[in-house]
Amino acid sequence: MAEPIIQLTGVNKWFGSFHVLRDVDLSVAAGERIVVCGPSGSGKSTLIRCINGLEEHQEGRIVVDGVELTDELGSVDRVRREVGMVFQQWNLFPHLTALENLTLAPTQVLKLPRAEAEERAREQLRRVHIERHADKYPGQLSGGEQQRVAIARALCMQPRIMLFDEPTSALDPEMVKEVLDAMLELAQGGMTMLVVTHEMGFARSVADRVVFMDQGRIVEQKAPREFFGNPEHERTRDFLAKVLPR
Amino acid sequence: MAAPSAAGPSAPAGVARPPPPRPGGARAWLRASLFGSPSSAAATLLLLAGLAWLLPRALDWLLFRAVFRADYEACRALEYTGACWGFVAEKHRLVLFGRYPWGEHWRPLLATLILVATLALSGHPRAWRRGLLAVWAVALAAFVLLMRGGVLGLSRVESGSWGGLPLTIILTVVAMAASLPLGIGLALGRRSRLPLLRAVSTLYIELVRGVPLITVLFVASFLFPLLLPAGLRLDALGRVALGMTLFQAAYMAEVVRAGLQALPRGQGEAAAALGLSTWQAQRRVILPQALLLVIPNFVNSLLSTFLDTSLVTVVSIYDLTGALRLALGDPLWRNFFLEGYLFVAAIYFTCCLAMSRYSRWLEGRLSSGRRR
Repeated sequence: MAEPIIQLTGVNKWFGSFHVLRDVDLSVAAGERIVVCGPSGSGKSTLIRCINGLEEHQEGRIVVDGVELTDELGSVDRVRREVGMVFQQWNLFPHLTALENLTLAPTQVLKLPRAEAEERAREQLRRVHIERHADKYPGQLSGGEQQRVAIARALCMQPRIMLFDEPTSALDPEMVKEVLDAMLELAQGGMTMLVVTHEMGFARSVADRVVFMDQGRIVEQKAPREFFGNPEHERTRDFLAKVLPR
Repeated sequence: MAAPSAAGPSAPAGVARPPPPRPGGARAWLRASLFGSPSSAAATLLLLAGLAWLLPRALDWLLFRAVFRADYEACRALEYTGACWGFVAEKHRLVLFGRYPWGEHWRPLLATLILVATLALSGHPRAWRRGLLAVWAVALAAFVLLMRGGVLGLSRVESGSWGGLPLTIILTVVAMAASLPLGIGLALGRRSRLPLLRAVSTLYIELVRGVPLITVLFVASFLFPLLLPAGLRLDALGRVALGMTLFQAAYMAEVVRAGLQALPRGQGEAAAALGLSTWQAQRRVILPQALLLVIPNFVNSLLSTFLDTSLVTVVSIYDLTGALRLALGDPLWRNFFLEGYLFVAAIYFTCCLAMSRYSRWLEGRLSSGRRR
């Protein structure tokens, strides 16, 4: 197997005295699609937020695309160049239009000329089928549309890895599909993806591997067929019994 | 029974139609809002009786018996049964422009108009762009040029002789404008992750907010000359402007901080995840939203700064209130101080009313449209 693009070794993290990540080891190959699931409070969001340095881990090593996340100045910046993130609450910038949301980072961080950044932005908006809303403000868009803009915004930085933190949890049911479809297209394009989600259908059809977390630990990780068909641990079976339709 | 709707009773169910008319007319409104219950009717009657007693007396004094000419004998003959607006007629130029040379009053008048026009222009959101700073630079330069003179054939008038309304307005504008960047810096400092910066910012804010403005003004007038290096001499007006700025900065910092705190955490996280530096995130994402949120609070402190300028009198600077005291120095007219204060109060009130109406208009404008 080639060098993993993400490698976590013995990662531990505490919020105050609460031990939120416990001895987490995880290795992700380039192009792999991973779904992280587990009960709420199991540390799955914290886990992916550590990968782009939104949270700091206190013990262990996190290496992303050859760069280790350390206290050293600049390591976080280099990692964030390669990692895009999509949030549960979209977190679009409400004072900017959809297009401006997309061009902000390319012009500020990559110092692209405006015309080039806009061209890139329109291409990404086209990709998530939302080009006609380019000049609208986030407040004028539906939740599903906003989340697709957020995906396009992250893609504008041309990351090698995309993190999704419960991207459909805050959406009305009829909008979930349009966001999942956008993610599916991305997956088919070969993007390395880590997705925290409760959408087990998505996990079944898209994921190469499902990671199940409970109480800050990775309990088991398997290919979806095996994960759903033959869960090994009691906790996993409990969880699946609750989230899967009977 | 419900009145038939415009679409007619035969309209099929489920088709959108206009709402039924509200039961109405002026009489119904009067009954409901003024005499809706026994206690509300009592309150209405009590207030009406109070007004009926007060209004004729007030109008009598203010208008019907008042003397409007600058005629001292006529005013004395009133024996305070009517207002002597003669005082205003006689002294209004002194009140408005202080000790500024009498023959040159067109200069402070023009300077004030320039400032007011620039303020009015800056009020519209469409004017909020980079060019506005240039407009302000020109306006302030024109103000100083007109007031100080010494060039273009204008006689030189030292700032010690400036006074009245232009002084009140320029002090407000300078204190507000200069304290905004300072306040933003202090607010960011107070939320910084660097402990020393955070401690210094917090200390400054709490210290200044724990001291009355009048103390700051005394310190500015009498202590700054000793503290500032010899090369950096400020005249009395400059020192007071600096003092007001440093004072206002602490309050501005708290106004800005409220805006920063009102923003969801996700905004900063999204900016960070996109690779923006802390400074880029603040400048492009956080501050534009935070400042927009606190515009009403900003106008509020503009209002209180405007009124606070009246305190500069204590260090012998003759703003609007101070100039009134100069005018009341005339032994002939000093008994008509009430009219004088009412005149000045009316000016303050008009300005403040304009500002608070503006603030409401702006809030409405900003909350509609693009924002959630």
